[in-house]
Amino acid sequence: MDDDRPIFVQIAELIENSIIDGTLAEETQVPSTNELAAFHRINPATAAKGINRLVDDGILYKRRGIGMFVATGARETLRERRRLDFATQYVRPLVDEARKLGIGTEELKKLIETWEEQR
Amino acid sequence: MTVVAASGLTKRYRDVTALDDVSFTLEENAIYGLLGRNGAGKTTLMQLITGQTGATSGSLELFGEHPYENERALMKVVFIKESQKYPTAYKVKHVLSLARHLFPNWDEDFAQSLVDDFNLPRKRDVRKLSRGMTSALGVTIGLAARAPLTFFDEPYLGLDAVARQLFYDRLLADYAEHPRTVVLSTHLIDEVADLIEQVLLLDRGKLVLDADTDELRGEVMDATGPAEAIDEFATGRQVLHREQLGGVVRVTLRGSFDNAERMRAKKLSIDLQPVSLQQAVVRLTMERKTDR
Repeated sequence: MDDDRPIFVQIAELIENSIIDGTLAEETQVPSTNELAAFHRINPATAAKGINRLVDDGILYKRRGIGMFVATGARETLRERRRLDFATQYVRPLVDEARKLGIGTEELKKLIETWEEQR
Repeated sequence: MTVVAASGLTKRYRDVTALDDVSFTLEENAIYGLLGRNGAGKTTLMQLITGQTGATSGSLELFGEHPYENERALMKVVFIKESQKYPTAYKVKHVLSLARHLFPNWDEDFAQSLVDDFNLPRKRDVRKLSRGMTSALGVTIGLAARAPLTFFDEPYLGLDAVARQLFYDRLLADYAEHPRTVVLSTHLIDEVADLIEQVLLLDRGKLVLDADTDELRGEVMDATGPAEAIDEFATGRQVLHREQLGGVVRVTLRGSFDNAERMRAKKLSIDLQPVSLQQAVVRLTMERKTDR
């Protein structure tokens, strides 16, 4: 855990990423608080806070006596939310930096197209 | 449940004030980091809580009782300190068997597995142990005692990086299975930063910080940028440190940094960088020095 945001937020995001990329399929069990704590070498209470955030969001749900599971529809919900954040988190800094360097809109579009082709 | 409650706690030795009007609580099932420079009052505080000395003034409760010479409350506490002294002619196995009788929650299997992990020679005279082995024995007792309130006061002397990691891993795993209140007093702040939930920072006898570690993480930042922009951005935040190189200023700020504020910093051409817990503690301690 190495960026400046609270660790519980980072834990929640790691699980979100696994759900988005399909590593954690819907209706499968997610690692327990203690497993997360041991793996990331963090306090179990912090790991629990990250999990609870996802439970509050309806991404995970609890099966009594078994553990936490990925809710049906979680993947779509997360993708939708990330799409909303895309403009502010990625497009805005990209455009800001382009302006700083004197790269115009047309040139930027061309760059994006070239990149798409190279993938 | 509150495990320790201190209010206005003060301890004076002749003309030295070791602890000055300190108030805080330690709650059940949490890991605390007790931080501060040498002579800040950490050991005095732990000695007061563990009933080894009495306070000059103020109140202190341990499991709701007065700790001084209170055997019932002290049964629930284990205090592992730097360079612990053991009785003469005792071997490692004798110390362990003494601890087994002393601590009601002692787990013998766990103790034996720790002895193996740390490669402790069971038949060696404790006074012939190396520094690192003496520390490892202390750590073993502190963990296997599973006391509701566990203090580790700089338990590392002579422990290498591998042995320290072993200690952190065993502590975390056992804490997950058997939650309790743990207080880690250490100078190796970055090593324990992710383990501790709450930071207590002492500076010259005063408690200068009592904060949630995870919240503190996002609250202290280095901001670098043009002097004017920095001055504007610093308004309403606590400036812990300031350095200047030509027109570029770097400040360490304490305050809230939400997404809108980060965006604002970017617009002002300010680079925001997170500060490690260790760096934050250094800045908070140094800042008090310039106060005087």
